[in-house]
Amino acid sequence: MRPKNVPEPEELSKIDHKPPLFESWMDKKPEFKPGFYCYGAKAKNIAAVGMPNPRDWSPTDEDWKLPENWKEIFLNGMKERLEKYRSFKLFMDICVRCGACADKCHYFIGSGDPKNMPVLRAELLRSVYRKYFTTGGKLFGKLAGARELTFDVLKEIWYYLYQCSECRRCSLFCPYGIDTAEITILGRELTNLLGLNTDWIQASVANCYRTGNHIGLQPHAYKDMIEFLCDECEEVTGIRPQPQFNKKGAEILFVTPSGDVFADPGTYTCMGYLLLFHYLQEEYGFDITWSTYASEGGNFGYFTSHEMAKRLHAKIYMEAKRLGVKWILGGECGHMWRLLNQYIDTFNGPPDYLEEPVSPITGTKFEHAKGHKIVHIVEFTADLIRHNKLKLDPSRNDHLVLTFHDSCNPARGMGFFEEPRYVIKSVCRNFYEMPSNTIREQTFCCGSGAGLNAGENMELRMRGGLPRANAVKYVHEKYGVNMMACICAIDRAALPVLMQYWVPEVDITGVHELVGNALVFKNEKKRTTDLRGNPFVGAEEEQGDAV
Amino acid sequence: MNFLVGLIFSAIVAIVVLLVPWIGVGVLHLYTIFGIVVPYLAILIFLIGMILRVIDWGRSPVPFRIPTTAGQQWSFPWIKHSWIENPKDSKGVIVRMALEVLCFRSLFRNVRLEYRRIENLPKVAFEWEKWLWMAAIAFHYSFLVIFLRHFRFFTNPIPSFVKIIEKLDGFFQAGVLPIPGLTIPEVYITDLLLLAAVTYLLLRRLYIPQVRYVSLPSDYFPLFLILGIGTTGVLMRYFLRVDVTKVKELAFGLFKFHPHVPDGIGTIFFIHLFFVCTLIAYIPFSKICHMAGIFLSPTRNLSNNSRFKRHINPWDNKPAWEYPGMVHTYEEYEEEFRDVMIEAGIPVEKMPEKKEEEKPEQEQ
Repeated sequence: MRPKNVPEPEELSKIDHKPPLFESWMDKKPEFKPGFYCYGAKAKNIAAVGMPNPRDWSPTDEDWKLPENWKEIFLNGMKERLEKYRSFKLFMDICVRCGACADKCHYFIGSGDPKNMPVLRAELLRSVYRKYFTTGGKLFGKLAGARELTFDVLKEIWYYLYQCSECRRCSLFCPYGIDTAEITILGRELTNLLGLNTDWIQASVANCYRTGNHIGLQPHAYKDMIEFLCDECEEVTGIRPQPQFNKKGAEILFVTPSGDVFADPGTYTCMGYLLLFHYLQEEYGFDITWSTYASEGGNFGYFTSHEMAKRLHAKIYMEAKRLGVKWILGGECGHMWRLLNQYIDTFNGPPDYLEEPVSPITGTKFEHAKGHKIVHIVEFTADLIRHNKLKLDPSRNDHLVLTFHDSCNPARGMGFFEEPRYVIKSVCRNFYEMPSNTIREQTFCCGSGAGLNAGENMELRMRGGLPRANAVKYVHEKYGVNMMACICAIDRAALPVLMQYWVPEVDITGVHELVGNALVFKNEKKRTTDLRGNPFVGAEEEQGDAV
Repeated sequence: MNFLVGLIFSAIVAIVVLLVPWIGVGVLHLYTIFGIVVPYLAILIFLIGMILRVIDWGRSPVPFRIPTTAGQQWSFPWIKHSWIENPKDSKGVIVRMALEVLCFRSLFRNVRLEYRRIENLPKVAFEWEKWLWMAAIAFHYSFLVIFLRHFRFFTNPIPSFVKIIEKLDGFFQAGVLPIPGLTIPEVYITDLLLLAAVTYLLLRRLYIPQVRYVSLPSDYFPLFLILGIGTTGVLMRYFLRVDVTKVKELAFGLFKFHPHVPDGIGTIFFIHLFFVCTLIAYIPFSKICHMAGIFLSPTRNLSNNSRFKRHINPWDNKPAWEYPGMVHTYEEYEEEFRDVMIEAGIPVEKMPEKKEEEKPEQEQ
C-alpha cells in the first residue's frame, strides 16, 4: 500500500541541496513540518519505566510542560555525559567542519535540509557545549560558534535528534571517526531527562519492560502467534514445527525481534526459523527454546538512553540463566546485533553461567562469540550449510531475483557482510549486488531506524529511504531484481513501504525465509509454493500437466 | 551570523595579527617582546594547553567499545577477515590507526553526491571526489616538511636528514626558470604546495554551499594564519631576504635559554614569527587540536573484540539486575501473567495452590 499524506515521488524529489547564501543557521528558528516528526511520549508510558517528567505533550504545543529548571537539568546532564563518555567530549572538540560527512547522510540527501547534514546536526549540540563549557564560547559567543540554550534551541535540537537513524554512515567518512550516532544517542539521553521522547519509542520501551516485547504481546498471545505461523508452515510444507517455550534445561535459548512474530513479511522469516529448528530437531535432536519473557531481541531502550538499553536487554541473560541453557541464538535484527556485539557484555556481563557456544550439529566452536555467548542465526546457518548439514533445493527460490541490503548496524557496528551472502547464495540462484557505494560498510539506511519507524513521520521516512530505494531501482532495472533480502526486523517493517513508494516492483524478505523455501524435509508434501504461497517456477506447468 | 560576517571577522583578526608585530617591531622596536617573550609564551601556552587538553579527554573514560566496523568481522576460518578495517586485536588497530593518521584513510573514501532528476524522478549518484583528500595530504605533508626543514635554524651541525629533505624538496628547481634580473634561490616544492593547498581549502570553504553554510570564524582564522606564515616565509626566502645567520643566532639563543636578539633582522621575520606563535598558541583552544584527538577517537582506536573479550565500563560494571528496580524480573512477570501462561501450556515456576488468598510477594 502506498503511504498516505506523502507528496508524490515526482513532487517529493524536487530537492535543493544548496543552503541559502546569506542565511545563518544559528539564527534560523526551527520549523516543525508535519511528516517529519513523531508524536510526543505519553505520560503513562514514561511513568511505566520510571523516567522523568511524565505528562502528555505534543511537539507542536507552545508549552512542552518542562520542569522549571529544565535548562539546568539539560546542562548538568551534558556535563555528566562529557565526564562519562570520551567519545562525546572528543566529538564536541575536534570537528574541523570539512564537510566530508555532509552528503553522506540519507536524510540530507532526501530532504536537502542543511541541519540534516551530520556536521550541523552535531553543531546544534556543539554550539550549546561551547557556550557553557569552553572559554572561547563564553567570551565570544556566536563568533566562537556558541549559542545560548533557549527553548527554541532545545526544540531545534529535539527536532533533528529525532531525524537521525544512528546509522553511522557519516562516521565511516569522517577523518576523525566522529560518530553522529554517538552524539544522537547522548543527545537523546538529554532530551529524555526532560521527558521528551517520542511515543513510538516510549510505548515500545514500556511494553518491552512489562511484557517482554515491543507490541505488548502477553505470553499466551505470543505463543498463539507462533502456533499460527506453525499452521502456516504446515499448510505450505505439510510439516508442523514443534516449538518449545520457556523450557528449562533446553540447550539453546532463541531470541529474535518480536516484529518477526507478528508483522509481514517478518512472519515469513519467522516461519523460516521454525522450519529450520524443526528440521534440525528431526535430523539431529536439536534442542532450542523460545521465551515469552525475553521475547524481544530489538532494544527500544537504545533509542532512549544507554541505561534503558541496559535495563531491557538484561532480560536475555536473565532468562538464559533461569532456563539454564548453554548459550543463546539471536535472530535477524539490526540494532539488536550492534547491541549484542558492542554493548551487552559490558552492560550485563559477564555471562559466566553460560558455556562457550558450540554448534551441537557440526561441532564448530564459535570462538568469536565465546565472550558474550550469543551466536547470530545467520552465522549458525552458514556453518550448517558449510558442513552440508542441510538438504537444500535452491531452485525453489528461482522465482526470485535477489539483492541484499546490508542493515546499518550489523554493517558498521559489527562487520557482518559475508555470512548472509554465503547463506543467500547457497539457497538462491539469482543474486545481484547493488552499486558498491551503497552496500557493505557504505550501506544506506532504510530511513526508519533508531525509532523513526512510525506512521506520522512518513514523509521523512520516504525521503530518508531515497538513496537506498534508488540503488534498488538500479538493480531492478538492470537485472530484474524483484526481491531484496535483509537481516533486520526494522528493515522488514520499513522497506516494504519504501519500496511501494519508490520501486513497487520489489518486495522484501528475511534471509531465513529463503532458507525455509529451500529446505527439503524427508517427509514433506509436494511443495508448489514458497512460504508466502507464491508458486515456484515450473510448479504451475507441472500441475497443468497432471490435470 | 552569515558566512560573510564570519569571514570578515576572522580576516580582521588575522590582519591584527599581521599589524601587531609590524608596528611593534617596525615602529616601536620592541625586539625583546617579539623576539623572545612571544615565542616563549607561545610554546608555553601550546605545551600546557595541549597537555591539559589531552588529560581532559583522557579523564573521560571509554565506557563502550564502539569501533566503526568498515570490513568483515572475524568469524569462521573460511571467511576472509578484514583485519585492518575491522581489527580484532591491537595489531589491526595499529595498522588501521597508522593508515588513518598517515594516509587519511577515511577521507580517502570521500565521494560527491550528484543528485539529478530525470523525467521527474530522482537519481542519486556519487562522483569521484579526491580533491579534499589530496589537498589535505598536500597541506599536512608540506607543513611537516617545512617544519623539518626549519631544523637548520636550531641545529649545528645541520642533521643529515634535514639536508636530505632539503635536497628532495628542491629537486624540481631545475624545472623552474629563474626570473630574469632576480637571483632566486632554489625553489622548494613544499612552499608552493602548502600555499596552493591552503588556498584551495579556503576557496572550497567559500565555494561549496554546504561547507560555506557550516563554516565558523574559527574555520577561516587558522587558514588565514597559515596563509600568513606561508606568505611571509616565501617573501623572506625569495624576495625580502633576511640575514639567515642572525636568525639562526636568535633561534639558538632561544633554545639554549640564553636569548638575545641580534641587530639587523628585518621586520618581515618578526611578522613571520608572530604568525607562527599565534598559531602555536591557538592550537589547544581550537579545532586544530584534532592532531591529538584523532589518536583518542574510540570509533577508530578500538578493536572489534567485544564478542570474545569483555570490555569493562569503569563507572558501571554490574549487570542491571543488581541495581534495585532497574529490571522487570521474571518473577514479577510470572506473577502478572501466571494464569494465562498456565492456560496456554507455558511452564511456570510456581503453580498456584488452588484458589487461595494471594500471599504478599516473598521472593527477593
